Amino acid sequence: MSESTPSGGVHPEREHALLLLRGMLLIRRFEEKAAELYQAGKIRGFLHLYIGQEAVAVGAMQALTPDDAIVATYRDHGHALARGVPAGAVMAEMYGKANGCSRGRGGSMHLFDASRRFFGGYAIVGGGLPIAVGLALADKMRSDARVTACFFGEGAVAEGEFHECMNLARLWDLPVLFLCENNRYAMGTAIERSESVTDLRTKAAAYAIRAETIDGMDVTAVEAATRGAAEAVRSGGGPRLLEFETYRFRGHSMADPELYRPKEEVARWKEHDPIAGFIKRQRDADRLSDADLKVIQQAVDLEIAEAVAFAEAGAWEPLEDLTNFVTSESSR
Amino acid sequence: MTTMTYREALRSALRDALRTDERTFLMGEDVGRYGGAFAVSHGLLEEFGPDRVRDTPLSESAFVGAGIGAAINGMRPIVEVMTVNFSMLAMDQVLNNAATLRYMSGGQLNIPLVVRMATGGGRQLGAQHSHSLEGWYAHIPGIVVLSPATVTDARGMLLAALQHPDPVFLFEHATLYATEDDIDEQAGPADISHAAVCREGQHVTLIAYGGSVRKALGAAEELAQQGTHAEVIDLRVLRPLDMETVLASVRKTHRAVVVDEAWRTGSLSAEISARIMEGCFDALDWPVERVCGAEVPAPYAKHMEDASLPQVPEIVETVQEMFV
Repeated sequence: MSESTPSGGVHPEREHALLLLRGMLLIRRFEEKAAELYQAGKIRGFLHLYIGQEAVAVGAMQALTPDDAIVATYRDHGHALARGVPAGAVMAEMYGKANGCSRGRGGSMHLFDASRRFFGGYAIVGGGLPIAVGLALADKMRSDARVTACFFGEGAVAEGEFHECMNLARLWDLPVLFLCENNRYAMGTAIERSESVTDLRTKAAAYAIRAETIDGMDVTAVEAATRGAAEAVRSGGGPRLLEFETYRFRGHSMADPELYRPKEEVARWKEHDPIAGFIKRQRDADRLSDADLKVIQQAVDLEIAEAVAFAEAGAWEPLEDLTNFVTSESSR
Repeated sequence: MTTMTYREALRSALRDALRTDERTFLMGEDVGRYGGAFAVSHGLLEEFGPDRVRDTPLSESAFVGAGIGAAINGMRPIVEVMTVNFSMLAMDQVLNNAATLRYMSGGQLNIPLVVRMATGGGRQLGAQHSHSLEGWYAHIPGIVVLSPATVTDARGMLLAALQHPDPVFLFEHATLYATEDDIDEQAGPADISHAAVCREGQHVTLIAYGGSVRKALGAAEELAQQGTHAEVIDLRVLRPLDMETVLASVRKTHRAVVVDEAWRTGSLSAEISARIMEGCFDALDWPVERVCGAEVPAPYAKHMEDASLPQVPEIVETVQEMFV
């Protein structure tokens, strides 16, 4: 490739590639560590891992500014990390500690960081969409050129709230970017077993919303598509929908025995691992050396180790604060 | 003082809010061009335009949730849901988001949202337009539940709701919209922390809210003619309950009747009865009595609907039996 530069040189494309790789690796290692800590009993409740889908959160987040708003789902660690929520605050939340990003009240499924306009993980499928519509409505009424990015899975498409929100967003031409992560399974139910029409773009078309289907295992493609769609939304073009075809390599949650999908299918998708594939493409283009990779891996390992240490060192919320934050009056 | 109806008082508060706070807007089914199913927002579209008086599709979950999102993002939305039965379609947003997000985020999100809806029976609208489900809402931590029973409160409580930092649900009893009274239209927000003693008496305490307050007052009037002087408490705020006012009255009268058109089982009337028992058992000369709605889906036929709701004679008889 003519645009390649020698490894070690400063080149915007190369720098950006390293940033994408680092972002995806951070999520991968974070999730692997979380699984380990779950087995060790440090993390309890439900734990939904993002392994396999890293390219979606990392790629899409590149197209958003700090002023834009994010709404995510219960599988939200990747989105939070990609948005820049410190790994320590996310890990501490999963430990249930007071230094967690939701002060131990949310847990894995309910990560929040209002300072980064990360408006949370929603664990009722489809339940975040109306919130996103409202965030965008406020921006539109104030003529703020901001985008609300709303992540959800293909399972949400079966919910009435999805259809209500698609209609409302288009009717009022709200600046919402609907980002559908189609990982093919709503928990254990394959999309073919739950949707009469599996081409999700047709659902958007029913509401006159432009939609595209993107290879969600290719971070570069995700980023490019999201940039295009986000700019269209930002400039007043109304809502857009992007469907990212992706796959989770782990079960729905840690409790999932994975009886519903053949191992061969999982193996086939793993051949399209978003991180391995990206590394290969960058190496082929001479944008990534072994030394680069080592530096990134070490930095990520250190960040994860520090996140765990932060969580371990965190205090438990005192029980006299149990009712703190139920209402404004009860907030101290 | 100005004479106006309950619906005009609500409209007066809406107009004040829309004039003075540009973050405020009203949305809901038929609030704009139709003027509101109960004509509360009549004329507001013409005055404030379609951006701030927004007709919505029949998508309760989406527009209540959109109210939550807009509130998080700095606006002061007022969402009108046509009736409490329709609000069931938005219950996911109410319970899982509006009531929960502040806590679940560790105090990071504020949701200054006002949701208004009609409630209650007495208009022969059958089993999908007539129930009184305020108690379900009052069950939920994280929200404020208001029940204005007077024209003055209709205006004052709505203004107060709009200044509140948390989600406030305002239940407007459908039989009250046409009631008239003299009110001070310059008055500001009402107190929304306390119940009101709306008639003083020393023999028995009648506790009611919303559409039942008038019935309790009617019963108190009849009882007074028989020499029994009932104190009538309008709860006003259904969450958080002001039990101090209730307990102070019961300590004085030693007898209490809760009048609640909602179903008896698992209800606000049950809650109030339990709290009286917990709070002033020693002061009671008689078990707490309840006059509640019959446990049926609201019937259509007038004689059946009347029989299914608390009425003045039943309240009077209940009190008489407490003095045998």
